Amino acid sequence: MTKKLVIIGAGMASGRALEELFKLDPNAYDVTLFNAEPRGNYNRIMLSPVLSGDKAFEEIITHTAEWYEENGVTCRFGEKVVSIDRARKVVVAENGDEVAYDKLMFGTGSNPFIIPLPGHDLDGVIAYRDLEDTNAMIDLGNKKDAKAVVIGGGLLGLEAAAGLALRGVDVTVVHIMGHLMERQLDEAAGYLLKKALIDKGITVLCNANSKEILGEDGKVKALALGDGTELPCDLLVMAVGIRPNVKLAQDAGLMVGKGIHVDDQMITSDENIVAVGECVEHDGAIFGLVAPLYDQAKVLAKTLVGQEDKFVQKEISTKLKVTGCDLFSAGDFAEAEGREDIVFRDPARGVYKRLVLENNKIIGAVMYGDTADSNWFFGMMKDGEDIAEMRDTLIFGPAFQGGAPVDPMAAVAALPDDAEICGCNGISKGDIVAAINAGADTLDAVKSTTKAATSCGTCAGLVGQVLGLTLGDDFKMPEKETICKCSDLSHDEVRKLIIAKELKSIPQAMQELDWGTSCGCHVCRPALNYYMVCAWPAEYVDDGKSRFINERVHANIQKDGTYSVVPRMLGGITTPDELRAIADVSDKFNIPTVKVTGGQRIDLLGVKKEDLPAVWYDLGQAGMISGQAYSKGLRTVKTCVGTDHCRFGTQDSTGLGIKIESEMWGAWSPHKFKIAVSGCPRNCAEATCKDLGVICVDSGYQIHVGGAAGMDVRETDLLCQVATEEEAIEVSNAFYQLYREGAQYLHRPYKWIAKVGLDWVKEQIADLENRKALCERFRFSQETYQVDPWAERAKKGVDAHEFEPLADFTKVAAE
Amino acid sequence: MSQFIDIGALTDIPQRGARIVRTHGGDIAVFRTAADAVFAIDEYLGDKAGPFSNGIQHGNSVTDPIRNWIIDLTTGETVGTEDDVIPTYDVKVEDGRIMLAASAIRAKVAA
Repeated sequence: MTKKLVIIGAGMASGRALEELFKLDPNAYDVTLFNAEPRGNYNRIMLSPVLSGDKAFEEIITHTAEWYEENGVTCRFGEKVVSIDRARKVVVAENGDEVAYDKLMFGTGSNPFIIPLPGHDLDGVIAYRDLEDTNAMIDLGNKKDAKAVVIGGGLLGLEAAAGLALRGVDVTVVHIMGHLMERQLDEAAGYLLKKALIDKGITVLCNANSKEILGEDGKVKALALGDGTELPCDLLVMAVGIRPNVKLAQDAGLMVGKGIHVDDQMITSDENIVAVGECVEHDGAIFGLVAPLYDQAKVLAKTLVGQEDKFVQKEISTKLKVTGCDLFSAGDFAEAEGREDIVFRDPARGVYKRLVLENNKIIGAVMYGDTADSNWFFGMMKDGEDIAEMRDTLIFGPAFQGGAPVDPMAAVAALPDDAEICGCNGISKGDIVAAINAGADTLDAVKSTTKAATSCGTCAGLVGQVLGLTLGDDFKMPEKETICKCSDLSHDEVRKLIIAKELKSIPQAMQELDWGTSCGCHVCRPALNYYMVCAWPAEYVDDGKSRFINERVHANIQKDGTYSVVPRMLGGITTPDELRAIADVSDKFNIPTVKVTGGQRIDLLGVKKEDLPAVWYDLGQAGMISGQAYSKGLRTVKTCVGTDHCRFGTQDSTGLGIKIESEMWGAWSPHKFKIAVSGCPRNCAEATCKDLGVICVDSGYQIHVGGAAGMDVRETDLLCQVATEEEAIEVSNAFYQLYREGAQYLHRPYKWIAKVGLDWVKEQIADLENRKALCERFRFSQETYQVDPWAERAKKGVDAHEFEPLADFTKVAAE
Repeated sequence: MSQFIDIGALTDIPQRGARIVRTHGGDIAVFRTAADAVFAIDEYLGDKAGPFSNGIQHGNSVTDPIRNWIIDLTTGETVGTEDDVIPTYDVKVEDGRIMLAASAIRAKVAA
């Protein structure tokens, strides 16, 4: 007698499994097929073309009633299975019928996940899952001035939104994450996609939190967001994901996790029950895309006829079925140790390609705008091909045959007028040319009249080229405002983008900000390193190779290649023991010059590089730490003797100086930062030409800022006066932090204040809440950076390679 | 046939780092780039420039820490300055070891 196979669910996976089964042995089983939907099997992933009108429903049916009939399948469509009796091996249908099985196949698929927002059960709230949903959306398109909201900026949500828009519906996509399709796309590609959708008339809201669905007479009326925005709609589509449909399996006592557990042969915890498709969980994974389902179907068919096979999870790729949005994503593209990126961008064409490499193999690929080569990359990724040989040209795809580099001016000249130059603001070449012809003859003028290059700024170079083309030799691209020749961005733009895009490493910043050189130069690397140190104190890993030699070896290089060493003496106070240690070190290491500095410290000049760690070790034994006389950071706090000894002193200026220096040493800043504290207005500590100077007066402490006594000589301006020491310390910290966060790298405070205005600085510090917040951010940063670099190197061997020769042939006889 | 001397492991120099090799005739700076290429040039150009091993490396170049000259490590040529060329030496990596041409050391000592 022929064995009986009962299938629950007529979906793509079970349909494919049947096909495979009949291929192997058409007579192996008597098949009964239950399906809750009142129809056969259609290609669910083709619902989007049905929605967009590209295809009719008839065209996406994969298995018609006739097909089942021809293959001898008993179809029980529109009938639900309500329970399974595994002991007796029967399934029970809704009407009480019992059908016996030898083998039972679950193809119950998945259910759309509905977020349990208030109002989710209103009429007009649908998922995007089946033909009914699709038809509801199509019907909406026939209504005048129809509005829809789609919650979910993933694959399905965007296809729904694009289909609705094509049918004339005013659509808003509400997405909780920072960029669209965050599981498949990185930020850059997600951004291009968002822009393309906006061009299609779709409103896209990222970082948007849905709070409540509002209704009227039981029908959906609007979606309320967390920030209070209300988005009116006639239809609300929730496309936030799927959940394997496991209810029946669970009731039957099968092992169930996220999905129905199956082994490599697609057998569940009951040897007579198999499962396939979106309802299964295999090795911890669940499946929403079509390729793995087909693989499962093949394995399952073999299992049913007693042949050996094994389901293996493979790399899968994603394409979005929205006309005009060519994107491709596969594999893993998260940043990680040991991974490298190859990125190709063509902002004018809206093309972005990124390959993620690990051990010379492609492990991830994201493409937007031009996916022609995606299959080639995907093939190499699946095969784990070694790409070391072609690494340099890999990103250009299989057709790359070498050739002359293209002149960028010629490339810009060849662009049509409607070519987009500024992606952020949608400004075309024609718009820019028109603005130039109307008199905007500088980059700044074009920026202010067209808004091009004002958002992310990455197109500033292109805008410049358009200016050059239009104006000829009359135009010179301003160079002074960019961070260096590697980038078209200014310091301020780079800083803003580091924070906005959460760039946390130098390579990432160069990647995301379209750096023109592979790893920057000696100008931009230290600046980027500082901006990261400041922006992400707890997370960023300082890149010593991006620091000037002095900050790398924690001493000042001299013209003969020797170094000078300045130990810290808080407030300029030292002790006989410290002085003895300094004297001993000078003798021991033959240090030729010992000098008292202008900042009330002692400088040991002429130390050989390889002696540095030993010198520091000896100084450290006497309790001394680095004076950081080499750093773009806090240098010295000079003091006068104050009330302890001086007959004019109004406050304990020495004590305050020591307190300030104790709190602030070790911090990095855009440039060096010098402080002084004078005990009375006679100002013996010369506080009024420092970056920050405190003048003690009878009634408290005057804080002065923005002095200089270098190439420029400048007297400080009064920032504020406070009554207590604690406030003086807080203001000092807060001002330093404000400068650290705001100033361009290598600008001393006076230059920065000239840019932002003293009044603004005063306001920031006068606002007590802000002052406290600044101070707290500074103290948080100090938790990481207030570490003595000398001790780390003298005792823990940090950066030992900096101080020892790689090889020494002076110790062997010359040949 | 040129001879090469093992002067250490590639990993003894961090990426974008440099170390020196001492000879009786003066120091040679050995660089390892971000792409793991190695280059060897004189540490000093007389008293005109250097010590190059202390500079910031970028691509196949290093910036003189004191004068900001940019030196192309592949040729020893200076970018944006006069006609100064820093002597370069053959160096290669074999099985993770840095091999410096023996002639480099002879040249230094003879100089």
